Amino acid sequence: MEHCNVAEVELKNLSKSFGDQVAVIDMNMTIDNGSFVVLLGPTGAGKTTTLRLISGLEKADAGNVLIDGRNVDIETPAQRDVAMVFQQYSLYPHLSVKDNLAFPLRSPILKTSKSEIERKVTEVAEKLQISHKLNNRATELSGGEMQRVSIGRALVRDPAIYLMDEPLSSLDARLRADLRIELKRIHSELGSTLLYVTHDQIEAMTMATHVGVLQDGKLVQFGSPREIYEDPNSVYVASRLGLPRINILPADLFESMASNSGTIGLRPEHIAYGKGEPATVKRVEQLGDQTRLHLDFKGHAITALSPDGNPFAVGSTVKIQPENPLCFDDQGNRVAGSIA
Amino acid sequence: MSFSVTETSSRVKWISGTLVITYALITMIPLVWIMMTSFKTPPDSISYPPKVFYEPSLEGYVNLFTTRTRVSPETLASLPPPENFAEEIVRNRDMVIAGPSKFSGRFLNSVIIGFGSTFLSVFLGTLAAYAFSRFKIPLADDLLFFILSTRMMPPIAVAIPIFLMYRKLGLSDTHLGMILLYTAVNISLAVWLLKGFIDEIPREYEEAALIDGYTRFQAFYKVVLPQAATGIASTAIFCLIFAWNEYAFAVLLTSGTAQTAPPFIPTIIGVGGLDWPAIAAGATLFLLPVMIFTVMLRKHLLRGITFGAVRK
Repeated sequence: MEHCNVAEVELKNLSKSFGDQVAVIDMNMTIDNGSFVVLLGPTGAGKTTTLRLISGLEKADAGNVLIDGRNVDIETPAQRDVAMVFQQYSLYPHLSVKDNLAFPLRSPILKTSKSEIERKVTEVAEKLQISHKLNNRATELSGGEMQRVSIGRALVRDPAIYLMDEPLSSLDARLRADLRIELKRIHSELGSTLLYVTHDQIEAMTMATHVGVLQDGKLVQFGSPREIYEDPNSVYVASRLGLPRINILPADLFESMASNSGTIGLRPEHIAYGKGEPATVKRVEQLGDQTRLHLDFKGHAITALSPDGNPFAVGSTVKIQPENPLCFDDQGNRVAGSIA
Repeated sequence: MSFSVTETSSRVKWISGTLVITYALITMIPLVWIMMTSFKTPPDSISYPPKVFYEPSLEGYVNLFTTRTRVSPETLASLPPPENFAEEIVRNRDMVIAGPSKFSGRFLNSVIIGFGSTFLSVFLGTLAAYAFSRFKIPLADDLLFFILSTRMMPPIAVAIPIFLMYRKLGLSDTHLGMILLYTAVNISLAVWLLKGFIDEIPREYEEAALIDGYTRFQAFYKVVLPQAATGIASTAIFCLIFAWNEYAFAVLLTSGTAQTAPPFIPTIIGVGGLDWPAIAAGATLFLLPVMIFTVMLRKHLLRGITFGAVRK
């Protein structure tokens, strides 16, 4: 598609609460032109509210949203020129697939000509491989097809920014993997700005150019997926990414640790075998491509990845030693730390 | 023999089927009797023991739509041959047709008032229900309770104030007055029923439409209304049935121009003795519009009753 309508979105001191419930606190973020930003966080972290504030479905209590430098605070969702893909219920059940796709184009704001609608709908349907379903009713589709159509409904337009609210979360694992790749491909083809909300770290790692980690309505870290993974600024952020999850342990558990940190974070790749102190193998999980070890180390559970060939049996003892772990202070903030 | 918890056995089905059919037959006997009476001649209608098998006649319907005068046999003989079956039936009773009766006018009044108030109740009810369902309205719960409270006593309890008010306002015996009255009675039902239906429609649909470039009203019109069709249809049926059948206010507030069929039909009794076939014919015709309306919206009604009970 011949696109030129890409925009930068800026959030300035954005705050929103619902009654006593604080949803977003003083959020500052710049979503660059053409970037794929993923907001990552658990339920209730304020991800969806952030999207809704940008789309105009919610009014901010304080702060501004700027789209291409334009303050959109008083604009209606229609005027903001954003497209949004919802988690569920996104297709109009009383319309056919074709009419669903054409719906945004027929809006009083776009008023697209009939031939242009036909052209765009056909084009998007081909891109998403739903051409053969165009005349079906929206309710006759499978979950994956429905979500493809609702992504298509965003794609027929040429909005300043695409907002996606966990569009893949209701799909099964295989479809999710397929659509992840498809979304990434569409993004690189369009070169458009995309803001994507999820609690799924794989989606964040695989698709994002930038990840924003949210905690209780605050943006706690923003950076490339690599940066967030390798250089998290808190225990919370470190726990968001990585499978198996990072092990958070008291720093003094290992004899060799620096004393300025309260806890250390051990990712599986931070564990060296064959030296250090003994741990007991409690359980071995065969996942096919990897084997997980559940270890007991001085009464603490540690999840680790077994080296190739898994030489360890349940009940056996293995020596482990941390290597370049992440160090955190008592409040869970990252501190410089090293292993002696 | 296999036992299934979810599937009823054929014996249970047979028994419950018999029960339902028996119940349906019992409740339908009066209706069927009225319809049968409407096709009897007056002597057949009052014969004892009652006639179940008889020669059908349209005399009841002819009498319902006409006024007749008795004439002497000489005059009757001097008349030209009857032009149609109605005249023939009437002359067999030594009478001639004097003119049309008021029935068609009263029936039309019922149609205007019944459907008019149904439309108004559903229209206002949908807008109010949408507002209650979607917007933050101060004291929304209290307002909803207030709306419901208008049905907490029988409407006829306020008959006298309404009678006086209508006389002062010049609304007595007017179509507008009756439409407003029935709308006022029905609106609480409409708001509550429709709010339930609209609550069930996820907001995401409208939000998607808002983002797709539509205004709030367009989103309501293009996205919410089509999905609320089920609820609107069943609400309309309930409203129509009430307005159509209402008798007490109709007797009290209408007498001429805006008189509906329910108070009119019994007045047939006074005109020429107990003309049961004519009364039965009026009742039969009176049943038809609601029946047709309900059958037309049948699919919606059935879905409407179970709607909201089952989450998909």
